[in-house]
Amino acid sequence: MSEMQDYKSRLSDPNSRKLGTFSYLPQMDSDQLRKQIQYIVNNGWNPAIEHTEPKQATSNFWYMWKLPMFGETDVDRILGEIELCKKANPGNHVRLIGYDNIKQSQGANMVVYRAPIEV
Amino acid sequence: MGKTYQAGVKEYRETYWDPNYTPKDSDFLACFKVVPQPGVPREEAAAAVCAESSTATWTTVWTDLLTDLDYYKGRAYAIEDVPGDDEAFYAFIAYPMGLFEEGSVVNVFTSLVGNVFGFKAVRTLRLEDVRFPLWFVTTCDGPPHGIQVERDKLDKYGRPLLGCTIKPKLGLSAKNYGRAVYECLRGGLDFTKDDENVNSQPFMRWRDRFLFCQEAIEKAEAETGERKGHYLNVTAGNMEEIYKRAEFAKEIGTPIIMSDYLTIGWAAHSSLSRWCRDNGMLLHVHRAMHGVIDRNPKHGINFRVLAKLLRLLGGDHLHSGTVVGKLEGDRAATLGWVDLMRERYVKEDRSRGIFFDQDWGQMPAVMPVASGGIHVWHMPALVSIFGDDAVLQFGGGTIGHPWGNAAGAAANRVALEACVQARNEGRNLEREGKDILTNAAKSSPELKMAMETWKEIKFEFDTVDKLDVAHK
Repeated sequence: MSEMQDYKSRLSDPNSRKLGTFSYLPQMDSDQLRKQIQYIVNNGWNPAIEHTEPKQATSNFWYMWKLPMFGETDVDRILGEIELCKKANPGNHVRLIGYDNIKQSQGANMVVYRAPIEV
Repeated sequence: MGKTYQAGVKEYRETYWDPNYTPKDSDFLACFKVVPQPGVPREEAAAAVCAESSTATWTTVWTDLLTDLDYYKGRAYAIEDVPGDDEAFYAFIAYPMGLFEEGSVVNVFTSLVGNVFGFKAVRTLRLEDVRFPLWFVTTCDGPPHGIQVERDKLDKYGRPLLGCTIKPKLGLSAKNYGRAVYECLRGGLDFTKDDENVNSQPFMRWRDRFLFCQEAIEKAEAETGERKGHYLNVTAGNMEEIYKRAEFAKEIGTPIIMSDYLTIGWAAHSSLSRWCRDNGMLLHVHRAMHGVIDRNPKHGINFRVLAKLLRLLGGDHLHSGTVVGKLEGDRAATLGWVDLMRERYVKEDRSRGIFFDQDWGQMPAVMPVASGGIHVWHMPALVSIFGDDAVLQFGGGTIGHPWGNAAGAAANRVALEACVQARNEGRNLEREGKDILTNAAKSSPELKMAMETWKEIKFEFDTVDKLDVAHK
């Protein structure tokens, strides 16, 4: 048995904030991200990109990056838009959504770029 | 010309057995598994069940002639062998729409599982399935919110939700209980849950529990930046008390409450569900007592019927069994009623124990809850079986972690996300589960510890209530 560990999470540490699905895993590499985008495309969902200032991350409404990419199935184009959004909004978190219009919900939602948070 | 009146006892099948009847879309259809008394022919037993659950009594009465019996009576229209069982048979019965009050599940079941279950002509009787006609579905309230609204309210997408029932079930003080809640939520769970028998006992009165739990929720939300909830159990001895507790839960800003729909009664539950919709409160539904009703394969009511009627009565979550873990549950049968809770239209599928097509119209869906004796090693199977629209609840599997609840919660959250990620990548969770978890544990000491702790625990007893399949 390994030695008992303390659970490191603090109100005073903004890096303790989590950001939904996959935020408990290490940041995905680009190959892993491609596979998640492919999953969104394979399900017939509409990709969409949103971003926010880290301080406003708990809001229901992040800034939309343009409009959802209705009907887009090209993984590289989706990756390209994520990069454009990141460049245009330095310091912001960026997330990728897969809108499932049949369920009227989001089939996928993941933060693909977590901005560094100054402590 | 009118019929003449002849007093006396007639064979039921003369009036209630009609193999040429074609059921109407507006009929209620029921499938009963019947074991008749020795010497009673199948058609007579089926007709008797039909008669006793619809219009008839044991003898002819003159007042039958004052009504149009053909317009109101039920009809036994088919019988079938039960695979693997020589003494039982399935009886299919159609009930006309006028027999039941709009929007009243209570009324439907007072007929279908009323006196007939004590009827001497049958030795045992089990209600296997009911087809609720669409017109009736639209007269019921249904879930107060449904899965899609819950996801939006809680801002959680693309994965199953995670919960934990606080243990020990009874005996903690309200503040210690709130501590256990806080630790689970800060570690990464979405929900914690009152046990079903936590109501308002002397060791912890409801009001104290509500307040400490709400503080735990709010602190964990501030700390993690994620939305959290604790199913505050408002189950109580009377409706006045239930409403009082629900109102207080709303006042302190909690997002979800819970009720036990079988022990509080269906009318009471339906009222509470309506209150939940009116007040923007999610409703978690526990099913204490279901094993009494649904476990015996020859007598009682199959859980799929109890699940369907809960969707009609109203509830946002319902315990559905885990398939894996410590509690009873046949895999195919569980998948069948999980579909009935979540889908818009479910086709007849005997391999899942579903006897009728069921159209839910626009009625929202209920989130199945898998809870009981599960731990991180079950995660790949659970994600594979239940998909995203479910709550997976680890009680001992969170609180029993050697480093405490927060570590246990984090272990489960990491395991869950690793399984979802792998599934999305197209990997087979049930075959590659061990690799997926082992790999995820490399960056999570909490998961690694959990995997070491529960490595050997299995619950491999045979299921008592199995689907009927030929075994000869």
